Amino acid sequence: MKEADFRDNDTLELFKHSGGNILFTTIDAIMDWGRANSLWPLTFATSCCAIEMMAAAAPRHDFSRFGMEVYRASPRQADMIVVAGTIVNKMAPVLKRLYDQMPDPKYVIAMGACAVSGGPFFYNSYHVVRGVDHIIPVDVYVPGCPVRPEALLYGVMQLQRKIKLETLTNPRKTENLQ
Amino acid sequence: MKEVINPPVRNIEDEEYHINIGPQHPSTHGVLRMVVSIQGETVKSLKPHCGYIHRGIEKMCEKDTYQQIIHLTDRMDYLSAHINNHVVCLLVERALEVAVPERVQYIRTIVDELTRIASHQLWWGCFGMDMGGQTCLLYGMRDREKIMDIFEESFGSRLLHSYYTPGGLMGDIHPNFQKRVKEFITYFRKKIHDYDNILTGNVIMQERTKGVGILTKEEAIDYGVTGPIGRASGFSCDVRKYHPYGVYDKVDFKEILGTQGDTFSRYMMRMHEMRESMKILEQLIDNIPAGDYSAKMKAVIKLPAGEYYQRVEAARGELGVYVVSDGNKTPYRMKFRSSSFSNLSALDHMSRGFKIADLIAIGGSLDYVIPDIDR
Amino acid sequence: MDNATLKERILELVPNAEYQENKQFPTFIIPPDKMHDLALKLKQEADLAFDFLFCLTAVDRIEFFEVVYHLESTQLKHQLELKVRTANRENVAVDTVCDVWRTAEFHEREAYDLMGITFNNHPDLRRIFLDENWKGHPLRKDYVDEVNIIER
Repeated sequence: MKEADFRDNDTLELFKHSGGNILFTTIDAIMDWGRANSLWPLTFATSCCAIEMMAAAAPRHDFSRFGMEVYRASPRQADMIVVAGTIVNKMAPVLKRLYDQMPDPKYVIAMGACAVSGGPFFYNSYHVVRGVDHIIPVDVYVPGCPVRPEALLYGVMQLQRKIKLETLTNPRKTENLQ
Repeated sequence: MKEVINPPVRNIEDEEYHINIGPQHPSTHGVLRMVVSIQGETVKSLKPHCGYIHRGIEKMCEKDTYQQIIHLTDRMDYLSAHINNHVVCLLVERALEVAVPERVQYIRTIVDELTRIASHQLWWGCFGMDMGGQTCLLYGMRDREKIMDIFEESFGSRLLHSYYTPGGLMGDIHPNFQKRVKEFITYFRKKIHDYDNILTGNVIMQERTKGVGILTKEEAIDYGVTGPIGRASGFSCDVRKYHPYGVYDKVDFKEILGTQGDTFSRYMMRMHEMRESMKILEQLIDNIPAGDYSAKMKAVIKLPAGEYYQRVEAARGELGVYVVSDGNKTPYRMKFRSSSFSNLSALDHMSRGFKIADLIAIGGSLDYVIPDIDR
Repeated sequence: MDNATLKERILELVPNAEYQENKQFPTFIIPPDKMHDLALKLKQEADLAFDFLFCLTAVDRIEFFEVVYHLESTQLKHQLELKVRTANRENVAVDTVCDVWRTAEFHEREAYDLMGITFNNHPDLRRIFLDENWKGHPLRKDYVDEVNIIER
């Protein structure tokens, strides 16, 4: 089976539990637990999905249950960026610069149809980037227009599962991502 | 003898310093870049750079049919999404001279007012948060969820619904709609007292907003600033009163005008608007007539050749649509006169002479939504 | 002021204005060189008092460009629509009305950016939405973009 075919969390978890270097497994578990449960997002939102992201942080669907309530305004202090909203040609270099300024390990959630693939602006728009993965590597794609807050929380939980799969012997380096 | 060379005297206080309040900033309500030229901490001038969310909606409209355009208009000023739909529907209906059923007009007016209250709730939350009071965001969003529940039950989606269609509505309202709106009105009348207790009477907030960012009535008219901002400066511009649509001519509500034109009066204007909207809802909610939820329309809508203009009152000001049609099923040219675009042009004038912290308060009181500026 | 009196006044001020039939607003086509003076008079004369420019649109009419101004008077409550046509597609310069109505500054920048119409004496005519080095003016009918726009 080609490696690109089994990038979903279920298969990767199976492989991790069956293999693994015995010396590092507990350290891995502690580091991954720490990273996954305290993701600090960067305040980045361009359009309508921003409101649903704020609603996910609001009292009803509380984000901070997952350790994510601390929004950092500076990319130097953030772990994760939730790209909520359409990215256009003028904004693309800014997004790339923000992503480059974030220190490793960093994660990206593409929230909403616009960030995943251009969304409702896919046809006939001269200024929209069709999907944020043309600019930065994405970890989790969350579809929807706009994304329900519960769907965003599900996306965050999948990201946490993905983080818990990392090990010290094969650390996440940005150069290795596609 | 050695010559004494005197270096040129540089007065450091006279030099200007440009800072960039960049596209990614917690309190710019979206992606607006402002290049602010300051001296010390006082703003000397401000240049807004927009276009970071310019999606080319006007060009896309030239290739879409009128029913498809409704879905695009949702995404322009997403906080008053229904009102954006309403303006295109009204334009098509008036151009084709279609008689829309009474029930549809009542429901459209009620839903417009609910959208206006939801938009102002979010504004209140963000305004408080910009000035440092994070509680306000939580309170505002919590109360907004009640309106989102009503919308979700009837229309299927929380934020962007595309519920209006040329001729009427996509579907009838849920049987529980009236009960829920009445419950919401009783709930929110109590909560709005809380809003006053937390923010309106707060000494810090009043010091930061009274006398800050003054816009006189002549300037408001000159800059084309409408909506609560224009009314706070004394410019009487409520489209619901002057060019009524829906059933606004049958309800009794006041257009409140301010005199000072500063940030505090813009704040008070929106609080009053929320109360007036609730009054409108109370008058309408029990009297929805029975009937069809849509008039009979052809599947392909072609507007007769000519030009049409329609205006409505969005939560931010006057929203206008100008359509040039050549008889086809897609418009030849569609232009949206968005309220936030004109409101933004006054920001430079309003913030001269104040500090950067005041600039954030002024921007918050302007309540611009950037996709509305950039379309 | 009702539409008939308004029509007489405008024709008095600009004799070679062309009246166009329109159900909503009285519409006049003004020659480009007379627009700025007419704008000043519309704002300053007491019986006209058009102080609110509520929409400025640029339309591409294949042989020429058209700038459409929608005006309203806040005291006298009458409305007016004016159109200025350029001679052809090559010379697209029109006089600005920024000094009469300040809201036109941003609207004219948008018309320049998306349609390519230049405005004489504008204080700051540069692109507002697109990048400084973007080639072309997207809202024109002959704007070609094979990648993004589907021609049907």
